[in-house]
Amino acid sequence: MSAQLVQFLLTGLTVGAIYALVALGFAIIYNASHVINFAQGEFVMIGGMAAAAFVEAGLPLPLAALLAVGGATLVGLALEKLAVEPARGAPVVTLIIITIGASILLRGLASLIWDKKIHALPAFSGETPLKLGGATLLPQTLWVLGATVVTVALLWWFFNRTLTGKAILAVSHNRLAAQLMGISVRRVLLVSFGLSAALGALAGVLITPISFTSWDVGVMLGLKGFAAAILGGMGSGPGAIIGGLALGLIESLGAGYLSSAYKDVFAFVIILAALIFLPDGLAGRRRATERV
Amino acid sequence: MASPAAAAPPSASRRGIVALAIAVALLPLALPNNYTYEIAILVGLNAIVCVGLNLLIGYAGQISLGHAGFFGLGAYGTAILATRYGWPTPASLGAAIAGVALLAWAIGRPILRLRGHALAMATLGMGIIVAVVIATEDRYTGGPDGMSVPPLGIAGYVLAGERHWYWVVGVLLVATVWLAQNLIDSPRGRAWRALHGSEVAASAIGIDPARHKLSAFVLSAALAAAAGALTAHYSGFITPAKASFLHSIELVTMVVFGGMASSLGAVLGAAVLTTLPQLLTVFKEYEMVLLGAVLMLTMIFMPQGLVPTLGRALAAARRKPR
Amino acid sequence: MLLRAENLAKRFGGVRAVQDVSFALAPGMVHAIIGPNGAGKTTLLNMLTGIYLPSEGRVFLEERELTGQQPHRFAAAGIGRTFQNLQIFFNMSALENVMAGRWLHERGSFAAAALRLPQLRRAERHCRAEALSLLDLVGLTRWADAASDAMPYGALKRLEIARALAAGPKLLLLDEPAAGLNPTETHEIDRLIRELAARGITIVLVEHNMKLVMGVSGHVIVLDEGRLLAEGEPREVSADPRVIEAYLGEEAP
Repeated sequence: MSAQLVQFLLTGLTVGAIYALVALGFAIIYNASHVINFAQGEFVMIGGMAAAAFVEAGLPLPLAALLAVGGATLVGLALEKLAVEPARGAPVVTLIIITIGASILLRGLASLIWDKKIHALPAFSGETPLKLGGATLLPQTLWVLGATVVTVALLWWFFNRTLTGKAILAVSHNRLAAQLMGISVRRVLLVSFGLSAALGALAGVLITPISFTSWDVGVMLGLKGFAAAILGGMGSGPGAIIGGLALGLIESLGAGYLSSAYKDVFAFVIILAALIFLPDGLAGRRRATERV
Repeated sequence: MASPAAAAPPSASRRGIVALAIAVALLPLALPNNYTYEIAILVGLNAIVCVGLNLLIGYAGQISLGHAGFFGLGAYGTAILATRYGWPTPASLGAAIAGVALLAWAIGRPILRLRGHALAMATLGMGIIVAVVIATEDRYTGGPDGMSVPPLGIAGYVLAGERHWYWVVGVLLVATVWLAQNLIDSPRGRAWRALHGSEVAASAIGIDPARHKLSAFVLSAALAAAAGALTAHYSGFITPAKASFLHSIELVTMVVFGGMASSLGAVLGAAVLTTLPQLLTVFKEYEMVLLGAVLMLTMIFMPQGLVPTLGRALAAARRKPR
Repeated sequence: MLLRAENLAKRFGGVRAVQDVSFALAPGMVHAIIGPNGAGKTTLLNMLTGIYLPSEGRVFLEERELTGQQPHRFAAAGIGRTFQNLQIFFNMSALENVMAGRWLHERGSFAAAALRLPQLRRAERHCRAEALSLLDLVGLTRWADAASDAMPYGALKRLEIARALAAGPKLLLLDEPAAGLNPTETHEIDRLIRELAARGITIVLVEHNMKLVMGVSGHVIVLDEGRLLAEGEPREVSADPRVIEAYLGEEAP
């Protein structure tokens, strides 16, 4: 394997891990509420920007990261409590517009509270590149991949072994039945938003040492995370992870071997092709989903 | 011979079109300077896109998060044909609209088989691809900095000046709303609404979902392209931002804000959400915060959109004993 | 024969919902398809209207094969239906629901609609009049301009019938039209079915209500676990020991 290929694969996996975390955030909220949360990318931005601000203020990196993720979680909870819950009976399109408004609001707040400049975080364990099979590897890459693996494992444990996690899954399968079983859908929604925000912020903190952060970094990241979630099958946790990794790899390989100018486009071209040629959820030629 | 009971009641929508025409005719009396005319023109152009988009979203029940792509293609189509190939501008305008309609037809057929968020993603992806291609192929498009566009004109006469443009856009807007409402009050409009209500039941009465979704898609794309091309000639300049995802979201928001399944709602949504940012520039740095807050609050307290909520409030007020 | 089903089968993964079902329906009669829950009645109905693609078998209307076509083509060929779970257009009034049903006969041209030409206005008046007379036929005249989401369940069942009739079908499939109705409303449905049959519309009734089925139909098909169990006149079928064992031993709901 050529060193260049290894390089592209590593970059792809790293970026893909970030997309996977964002996509997981989309999937969790979608499962609980059938809403596409267009503010998801903003949680990533808050994670990176808040951590950078804390570090610039003199706090040690681990504390800054923790506070940033915690702060983003609070924002996620606030979003659910103040914006999504009051509008619960509204049509899904309206809820989507609300999250779009939230994303605009959060971006505006970010540009006010911080600024419109690009910020960086110090790498977690230094800048000295490592060698792997002829390619150079930033230590931060290992942090990203490692943290993602640990996070996914924790999430698996949460959804399969804890009562709250199982409650969330129950709501995603059948909301009414879950309510009849005594599960508080409101609490499930709240936890989902908080969890998704934390995931997004974690992604932001992890990736900022490599690709920096700024007030509007969330837009593209959010879109690509959304695309990854769709690619993996909207609402599927494992699908979100596979979709994210796949997207990252396609993007990296495409930018490396085909055209770096069109880097942002590869993800969407693949999504379009996948949606058109392999539409999700079609059983045979006719959809058997509606019971008529 | 139709019995008296079969005569259609005077439609609120017909009165709405007349009201709109009157408003367009009288508005100049309230516009003090060129800047306000410019805003009015931009409102009109956005409203044309929104009326079309409303047919797709509010009536046919589909979604498009990439309509700014059609807008941008209309704008760049006419700009490139007129500037780089020397076409007379009425021809470049017509060709751009026709070209976009054809593209929408071609890409609509596979895409509209999708539903819900998959359709949203597909239209979103399409829009982004268009925006990136426009920004990257700078030999044709001038890249991220945009390109200049010659004014609209034929045989020596050039359409220029805020006042002339105002009347052109005003007439086109009223015509668009009239056409859209005619379609809505026809069997085709009921076919769209049937699709929105229950696709399986619609097919059980002989309505071909694919064909009707496509017709709404192509029509709304053509209107977006027309508005885009006109915007290009009016401004004399066009940038890739006009094809961006953010612009697509703005357009959908105008439609939902105004109240779907109401052409006048779409016009009102365009009016409010085009003017508001202009007013908010006064607050400069707070513009985005305020815009986001306004969007959220309006949708939380008026989830059906502005026009249906106002309509219900008016109806309730009328029922109260005086 | 108006409709012919030949060896129809439908599999969903490992589940065989319908197996080897063949029958023919004569025009001008009321036919019934009965069977316990899970017998495959609605699956069969969905195959007869193009919503499901049969795993095996073919469907013919007036000897023209319809198998494999899209649902709207089945409708255009002359098959209409109502739905077990109401599929009313809740975004429209009752009248508009029925007017929508007239799509196959009132299409008109795009230009005439967009420009609101006189021929369109005439067509709209005609469409409205036809729709009102259909609402009258099913007894819903007072609900004409009501929002459909304000109407009671029993009225909505009849509205679906009116909408299906608006398309002028040769064959009308009614999927549990009496489900959830009280005896008075059921009697209304009974009366309506007889009225429609008298007008020459061939009707297929999928029902659980045995009294309704036996009273109004001339030909009964019994399904059990996806297979055709018995077929014939109501008297024959209700006396068939296999049918009694499989189904009629249960009390009608």
